[in-house]
Amino acid sequence: MANDNMIVKNLACLRDWVDDRFPLMSNWNEHLAKYYAPKNFNFWYYFGGFALLVFVIQVITGIWLTMNYKPSAAEAFASVEYIMRDVEWGWFVRYMHSTGASAFFIVIYLHMFRALLYGSYKKPRELLWLTGMALYLLLMGEAFFGYLLPWGQMSYWGAQVIISLFGAVPFVGEALAELIRGDYVVSDVTLNRFFSLHVIAFPFLIAGLIGVHILALHETGSNNPDGVEIKKNKNAEGIPVDGIPFHPYYTVKDIFGAAVFLIFFFAVVFFAPEMHVPGTQGLFLESANFIPADPLKTPEHIAPVWYFTPFYAILRAVPSIAGSAFPGVVAMGLAVSIFLLLPWLDRSPVKSWRYRGINYRIALTLFVICFLMLGWLGLQVATPLYTWMARICSVIYFLFFLTMPFYTKVDKDKPVPDRVTS
Amino acid sequence: MENQNVDKSRRRFLTAAATVVGGSGAVAVAVPFVATMTPSAKTKAIGAPVEVDISELQPGERIIQKWRGKPVWILRRTKEMLADIESQNTEVSDPGSDSSAQPNYAQNEFRALNEEYLVVIGICTHLGCSPNYVTKDSESPPASDWKGGFFCPCHGSRFDLAGRVYKGVPAPNNLVVPPYKFLTPTTLLIGEDSEVA
Repeated sequence: MANDNMIVKNLACLRDWVDDRFPLMSNWNEHLAKYYAPKNFNFWYYFGGFALLVFVIQVITGIWLTMNYKPSAAEAFASVEYIMRDVEWGWFVRYMHSTGASAFFIVIYLHMFRALLYGSYKKPRELLWLTGMALYLLLMGEAFFGYLLPWGQMSYWGAQVIISLFGAVPFVGEALAELIRGDYVVSDVTLNRFFSLHVIAFPFLIAGLIGVHILALHETGSNNPDGVEIKKNKNAEGIPVDGIPFHPYYTVKDIFGAAVFLIFFFAVVFFAPEMHVPGTQGLFLESANFIPADPLKTPEHIAPVWYFTPFYAILRAVPSIAGSAFPGVVAMGLAVSIFLLLPWLDRSPVKSWRYRGINYRIALTLFVICFLMLGWLGLQVATPLYTWMARICSVIYFLFFLTMPFYTKVDKDKPVPDRVTS
Repeated sequence: MENQNVDKSRRRFLTAAATVVGGSGAVAVAVPFVATMTPSAKTKAIGAPVEVDISELQPGERIIQKWRGKPVWILRRTKEMLADIESQNTEVSDPGSDSSAQPNYAQNEFRALNEEYLVVIGICTHLGCSPNYVTKDSESPPASDWKGGFFCPCHGSRFDLAGRVYKGVPAPNNLVVPPYKFLTPTTLLIGEDSEVA
């Protein structure tokens, strides 16, 4: 119809008008329509997109929560209850935000596991891995600051314990802890600054770094389940023969994945927002946090939220040496940061699990088992048996990294195909 | 432009000078920003001493008083409790409180100015949780042959009735004793003492 043609023509005119003044089509093509991704992506390649989706959910629900939340020790707890009971649909927005925090870590851990599975951190993607790790560390900070804001018992004592970790640093520790708290104890001052960091500083940093992470990805191109570089096989036009345009092929795939993800996400929001798994105090929202913060009384059982428990178990597993809790703190810090060295610890020429030898397969399996075990142990009250289990798991955890240069170098890897397999 | 006539050493000098001046400016401006994060004048002022009336405190009873936002415990100890403390001298890791924090007048076996009253900050020296007071006759003692004391729910540290840490637990030191003095035999002032510093 003539009318439709006119509309299309006018829209094209508008696009060209913008394009003369802003690199619209060139960016669209570079990052979507003519960004060629390997054609053999599988299930594991959903989680990067999911992480972006959860980030958007957190930003939007966070903006709405801030409209009713009051960052002061006197009012914070009551304002969260006000959101839950009196604000229209306030419970919905808040449960989306609290579920989003745990969902963020679930998808990030699976996203990281994908990198371990297919060697996505290996050359030429070292910087991509480092920016991802920086994002993970920022996410941990963001989650920690956010957890203080409801000002419940677990918020308060969790923050007290984590800040005390910095206090265990020799010589400067106490001054450092005081600088973080802005007070001699966790107080109104601490709450106020954590609010600032949680809603302004860290979201900005995370958003910026997500951009850097995606730019770094689009420079090297995505890895794939075969760990074969598709850029080595290009046709006459310079397009990788095993690549397909990200848009529409993977945008459609990711939209489908997002729909399935959101079904699970909202099932939790509506039916199990506290994730009260038997034997726990609530994995996503802990029961002690329904009691207002009391600086004079520690809850009977305190444990961090599930996503920190593997590292918390390592902290507890290390005995204090020469009257200092510092070695445990160092072990915990190393457990988190040793991932940064992965691209240089792995000496195997093969990227993907599919063509790796038995050494790496056993090592990765043991590592995942230990990581999950530590996560479970970190939720339990420390008994002598559990402490020893945590010690064994911690040793395996570190051996996975420290002996990696040796077992990957002598590994009996299989031949890698020239092209990706379907 | 004629490139041959560029004075490169002059350009290098200007770049270096601008970097140094700009860099020191950046460092200088960091000072106020870090300083705002340290405890403010108001925060410091809240740390004033507090007076506690202990005339109603029964033998064996423990009360909690807030001082500088922290819990301060006041425990009135019986003769039996003092004997129990003496019996633990070989079980605790720092019986003489040599590597622990307390005013000089509290560096003794009972860690107190007056052995009847224990005054300590109820914050575990490990990672800052507040331990629970568990009496000798507790139904679920945290250790066998328990003589009464304090048990930290976070990481399992144990302390005796003088706030001395037991061997083999995560906490490195004895509980901290704050400065205090008796204004009258039944009134305590926490946060200030009569010792000349």
